Amino acid sequence: MDMLLQALATLLTFESLITVLLGVTAGLFIGALPGLTASMALAVLLPFTFSMEALQGLIALGAVYMGSIYGGAFTAILINTPGTPSSIATTFDGYPMARQGRAYEALAAATMASVVGGLVGVAFLLVLAPPLARWAVAFGPAEMFWVAMLGLTLVASLSSGSLLKGLLGGCIGMLLSTIGVSPVGGETRFTFGFPPLQGGIELVVALIGLFVIPELLNMAAEGRGALPGVGELRRRDTSIRQVARQVFGKPVNLIRSCLIGQIIAIIPGAGGNVTSLVAYNEARRFSKDPKSFGKGNVEGVVASESSNNVMVAGSMVPLLTLGIPGAPPDAIILGVLLLHGLRPGLDLFTQSGVLTNGFILSMGLAALMLLPVGLLGGRLIHRVVIRTPYYFLLPGIAMVTILGTFALRNSYLDVGIMLMLGTAGYFLRLIGIQAAPIVLGLILGGIAEQGYVQTLMAAVADPVPWLRLLNNTLSKVLALLVLVGAATALVPIWLERSGRLDKVSQEDTP
Amino acid sequence: MFVSRHTLAVAVSALTALTFAASAQAEYPEEDITYVIPFDPGGESDVTARFQEPILEEELGVNVNVTHRPGGGGAVAWSEFQNSAEADGYEIIGVNLPHIIGQPIERSDAGYETDDWKIVTFFHSTPNALIVSKDSPYETLEDLVEDAKENPEAITLGGSGTYSANHLDMLRFEKEADIDLTYIPFSGTGPLKGALEGNHVSGLFNYTMLGTEMDNVRVLAVASEERVKALPDAPTFKEQGYDIVGGAYRGVAVPADTSDEVVERLREAFATANEQIAEKQEPLGFVMEDIHGEELDELIATLREAYEPILEEAKEDD
Repeated sequence: MDMLLQALATLLTFESLITVLLGVTAGLFIGALPGLTASMALAVLLPFTFSMEALQGLIALGAVYMGSIYGGAFTAILINTPGTPSSIATTFDGYPMARQGRAYEALAAATMASVVGGLVGVAFLLVLAPPLARWAVAFGPAEMFWVAMLGLTLVASLSSGSLLKGLLGGCIGMLLSTIGVSPVGGETRFTFGFPPLQGGIELVVALIGLFVIPELLNMAAEGRGALPGVGELRRRDTSIRQVARQVFGKPVNLIRSCLIGQIIAIIPGAGGNVTSLVAYNEARRFSKDPKSFGKGNVEGVVASESSNNVMVAGSMVPLLTLGIPGAPPDAIILGVLLLHGLRPGLDLFTQSGVLTNGFILSMGLAALMLLPVGLLGGRLIHRVVIRTPYYFLLPGIAMVTILGTFALRNSYLDVGIMLMLGTAGYFLRLIGIQAAPIVLGLILGGIAEQGYVQTLMAAVADPVPWLRLLNNTLSKVLALLVLVGAATALVPIWLERSGRLDKVSQEDTP
Repeated sequence: MFVSRHTLAVAVSALTALTFAASAQAEYPEEDITYVIPFDPGGESDVTARFQEPILEEELGVNVNVTHRPGGGGAVAWSEFQNSAEADGYEIIGVNLPHIIGQPIERSDAGYETDDWKIVTFFHSTPNALIVSKDSPYETLEDLVEDAKENPEAITLGGSGTYSANHLDMLRFEKEADIDLTYIPFSGTGPLKGALEGNHVSGLFNYTMLGTEMDNVRVLAVASEERVKALPDAPTFKEQGYDIVGGAYRGVAVPADTSDEVVERLREAFATANEQIAEKQEPLGFVMEDIHGEELDELIATLREAYEPILEEAKEDD
């Protein structure tokens, strides 16, 4: 307790407060730009932290991390483009809300959910890090295979309308994930003798291509801006208090999403993108009115944004206790810790406890700062997006996305791939194949492949190798969840087909 | 003291000549240098480069811009560099062993050649190490070898990547000890720690860094000539009768036609950077090096000789 107070004291200095404020603001804008990810924001900041003291450096990194994961929600809601992969699921309901003139409501809900999520993650990290760490290592190759399969059952619920088209999308994504150097085995696949293709298709590139370009083409085709004009917007002036009532009025959704966020955050190899997708899917599954999801249900935004911000501090559970990065940006924080001579482990919580607790508390502070920064910044960005006429807005967005895609790996090829996927995505969308299942296949295809191959390699001396996939309780439970997940998605469809065909609603997706 | 006009004139012209000569030599870095890292931000190559950056800038007197071009385990950046970089010393790129030996043998479309550039220096190495958890039944390397003789292929060792330094030296160890082990590739060192802690593998064939970073582990052997400073209690493979010295070497290269003066100037700057970084990196398990010139050619030749048969064999198996 002494340590906590001491840590709090070091945090409540002018210098620290300014560091957090600047970090959150900078992170927010970087996160909001498609193509600039949280990992990249941290890497850019890295050289600056060398000249700082260990704690100040970590505070800055934590604040930027928190801000950038939250910032992704802005573009997700306003222009249907996840600013970071963690905000994919935010687009599902956030953008429809914006189209209905409820953009500010969605932004405010995202902000509150992010603040709660951030704080919950910090609380878990502060109180439960050592016991939770044991969980993290329980997920080996076989378990990761089942986690990826569980994620793939999402395809069914994301493809409102036609299951077949959803599955098709998922397959396209999984095929795209096989381009480049294989995760196990190291051979190059589908490069067609073209060396630059060894790099494969980067998730962010696909994300930008599949989400932004079709939306831009749509806007251009319809000759409209991202959001309805100002006249309609007058109505949306919902007060912050009303939004708060919506967010906190259904605490079950918030609590469930935070728990899901925390569980997935401690699994190494599954980042914020998986977190927000799974939380979104569960929110939908447990909702009394699942049909309203994807059409502007604020609960979807809350689920996605609360769970991905839990991940910020939550993924540091395995990092600080075992040195295992729970999500990609954590690898950079690990580097900083090691360079300052801080070895992850229980010592970090005892010997250098003041520093560690200071770092953890600073992330809590960063989460709180999201509220003022987010609400103000949100109003500003919102106004810009609405006031700008579409003939300025479209080229502007196109420019930013192209620059963002290039900046990711300094690659012209990536820009080409992005534009190609975008054009293909536009036509696929016209025939009802959405971007979400494709991206899901791309993310999870690689994880599933790696887990499966690693498991079977390890079982080379076993009589029946594939039994290794089910050789402990956790993997059996996960396999069962996959079956249940597939069943809950398929059975209602099957029932509708067989008995109540007349009730099949003509679900139309834009 | 009396100095004649003549002497003064000679002195002054001599001085001017000297300054001119000096400025002719110091000509090289007069623009910003781009330092390409062929891996993701946050990895070891990147963190090292960010350390070197300010020291290089001070030494060379120009800006050094670290940029990333990840993909294909480095191959994307390397093929692009060999195809398009100018031989003026203003574009330099991080290179790693054994990657630049292995990839061109193993892939038909790697897009670059092992020898098609001039390597300035390898500034550090991270030796391979065989690591097991504290409660593993293997107390020594001999325990592991004996068990492997009784149960071929049953011992699983996790490492980073396929045909990487880890993988290749594990294959060498199998040959030397005449045993069969099972290598499981993971992507990067992060998941490896989890795999060991969670008992998903019997041990790890990874780098010395992991041995210093993890608490509950025992390092059975290190693949270096001498024991590593950060792990004084860990014996080398050589001490235990297996001739395996290898690991990952990180260095920096320029296009093949770059002039020797430029290469030397860069090498000196990197050597100075190393001196200042050593204090931070050595405790983490890095071994600081300055491998250049003939020594460098020898290293590449030795490693190629050791790895080529393994890689060719693996290629035929596919």
